[in-house]
Amino acid sequence: MPTKIEKDSVSGQMTTGHEWDGLKELNTPLPTWWLYTWYVCIAFSLVWVVLYPALPITGATGLLGWTARGALPAQQAAERTRIEPMLARLRAATPEQIAADPELRGFALAGGRVAFANNCAGCHGAGGQGAVGGFPSLADDDWIYGGSFEAIQHTIRHGVRANESDEQRGIAMPAFQTTGMLNPNQVSDTAEFVLSLTGRSTDAAAVTRGEALYTENCASCHSDRGEGNRDLGAPRLNDRIWLYGGDKAAVMRSIAYSRAGVMPSWQGRLDPAMINMLTVYVHAMGGGE
Amino acid sequence: MSVIPPRAPQIDEGSLYATHQKVYPRAVSGTVRRVKWAVLVLLLGLYYIVPWLRWDRGPNAPDQAVLVDIGNARLFFFGFELWPQEIYFLTGILVLGAIGLFAVTSLFGRVWCGFTCPQTVWTDLFMWIERRIEGDRNARIKLDQGPKDSVWWRAKLRKHVAWLAIAMATGGAWIMYFNDAPSVTWAMLTGQASLTVYGFFALFTATTYVLAGAAREQVCTYMCPWPRFQGAMLDENSLVVTYRDWRGEPRGKPTDPTAGDCVDCKACVHVCPTGIDIRDGQQLECIGCGLCVDACDDVMKRLDRPTGLVAFETLKNLAASEAATKGMAPGPQLLAKGMAVRTPQKLLRPRTLVYAGVLGAAVLVMLGAWLMRATLTLTVLPDRASLYVQLADGGLRNGFTLKLANKLRGELALPLVLEGPQGLRLLVQDAGLDAQGRPLLTTRDDGITQWRALVTAPEGLRLRGATPITFRLLDAEGRTILRQSSVFLGPDR
Repeated sequence: MPTKIEKDSVSGQMTTGHEWDGLKELNTPLPTWWLYTWYVCIAFSLVWVVLYPALPITGATGLLGWTARGALPAQQAAERTRIEPMLARLRAATPEQIAADPELRGFALAGGRVAFANNCAGCHGAGGQGAVGGFPSLADDDWIYGGSFEAIQHTIRHGVRANESDEQRGIAMPAFQTTGMLNPNQVSDTAEFVLSLTGRSTDAAAVTRGEALYTENCASCHSDRGEGNRDLGAPRLNDRIWLYGGDKAAVMRSIAYSRAGVMPSWQGRLDPAMINMLTVYVHAMGGGE
Repeated sequence: MSVIPPRAPQIDEGSLYATHQKVYPRAVSGTVRRVKWAVLVLLLGLYYIVPWLRWDRGPNAPDQAVLVDIGNARLFFFGFELWPQEIYFLTGILVLGAIGLFAVTSLFGRVWCGFTCPQTVWTDLFMWIERRIEGDRNARIKLDQGPKDSVWWRAKLRKHVAWLAIAMATGGAWIMYFNDAPSVTWAMLTGQASLTVYGFFALFTATTYVLAGAAREQVCTYMCPWPRFQGAMLDENSLVVTYRDWRGEPRGKPTDPTAGDCVDCKACVHVCPTGIDIRDGQQLECIGCGLCVDACDDVMKRLDRPTGLVAFETLKNLAASEAATKGMAPGPQLLAKGMAVRTPQKLLRPRTLVYAGVLGAAVLVMLGAWLMRATLTLTVLPDRASLYVQLADGGLRNGFTLKLANKLRGELALPLVLEGPQGLRLLVQDAGLDAQGRPLLTTRDDGITQWRALVTAPEGLRLRGATPITFRLLDAEGRTILRQSSVFLGPDR
């Protein structure tokens, strides 16, 4: 209830003119220094709003035209200039030469780790462990296209089935059931033979039938005993590593409908120095040949 | 609606603020003063000279004996070198210092405050300069009360320039404990030092100038916490600066036969750096410097009376003398009686024994920690992204990051062996091999070196889940000098 603003008889202070059940509120102003600091902050924020992007409106960048995104390229350029001498050395050297030079190797492993996390880990996993379903592990000792420095560099540059150039990796595996080359029973028999290569088949008769089918349809790429062929990108079938799963159902799916994973070509998207760093980093993951 | 007005509080709060009374301490000479000069020269000498001491640690290491190398995260103290993770040794030194301070205080009172505290030492130095330029107590009072003429201006200017010079030397010496002394001095003189260096130089110059020049006894009385709780360490057996009132009272003229030995000349008051009267008894403001002892002894000698009217004395003896001489008339008999009942200071008492015990325990703990300090530590970090890698032949591989911290100077080449199920193979990338084909870890000089190790388990082992393994580092004779356990991970089934 508003009342008269008056002088309080006890404390000698003015009241605010507010009264509740007979209790009047004393007017106790903020300390002057506090108040003026506050005023200065308000004045500062007004200037700030005019000069800098402060309003949640698209295009409201303030008079100075400064944006965090706009400031980024200059910082990136400065950083790139700083590491350019090292990048130039990395660009000029081959991955083998980089790996042999402790200084370059240290830089490449650190830079490669970041580049891998930015560009590769999405499919190949943070530590290059890959994932079942067509994402090969880069840390194991099984390579579809080869694990030498040169092979890794080539794969990164040109990708797999990326429609980039003739240099790219990968040819298409036929979908044997879709195209009518094998009927479902034959697919099952072929799969049974493939399982027998790692001693996992349960049906000897099917293996015998499947062997003939395998020799006729698969051996030209995957070799007679499933040794695979890196030139064609035909994976080994006689080891414990299965890109799309190693149980019979998964193998049958592969035969019936084919598999054709795609990896982008990184040449032109990444600096050659970065590709070299990635090559050295991937080679050092454990499976490098 | 009737309202009963509250009664106004009847407390007179008054003001808690005391206006500073400038203290004009008079020069004094005597035993205590000589000891204080000696301590001052020793401590200031140490402070200014220590950064210039050299200590050869071989190549790639600073040759400064005492250096806190913030940039390289190392602390050098002659033959000792601390890494950041060993900063607890520094904490330990501070703990020892604190307990030592308690012990000394319980025995001899505020000797730290009166003789060795930097505030006391630098204030003493600043006062000495003040006396050289403006004259002694009476001259300074006269100068301050007189007109601000050319004499005043010249004296003040000379004094402050001299103070600033000392303050700058103090701030400059502080910087040298954190940088190579000769090069940072040259950099500062030629304007090439970093802003940090100049900033800290300015900070410590300013604090020295303000604390020793202007604040002085106010630091001890108002800023420092130590006087507030040092009373807890003192008891009736501690040595404190006291006025023997049983002998001095009643005060009177030297010619008055009924008066005590105190002639009320106020010499003790005039020399006091904190401006108090020791005859008022034990006071918070008293820093125990004992200059009043010298001042009073001087007066007593001139009056041909025995010295020691103001003295370092225990409160127990003071009470004993007081009791023994109660009701006696002033004179030689009173003095003899009073001095006769004094007993030697009791040094061994529960309080001092506890302090000594705690101090001894802390020293033992520190010593043990130092002797058992590992100069070589191996850290094994198993890979997290891909806990294990399936190999083509059915085998498994685990990746580990090895970090070897070598806290000593000089390189070490140590073979690494793996302990675990028979058949595990160890490969360390970037490491050489010794004659037996074991990976050879070559550490850096005083630093951490990192390797990536790959451990492979052949298919035949069929390792499932977590299998304990141990990395062992051997010395040249094949003895194990470090072992670090870890786990080899495989699929659950």
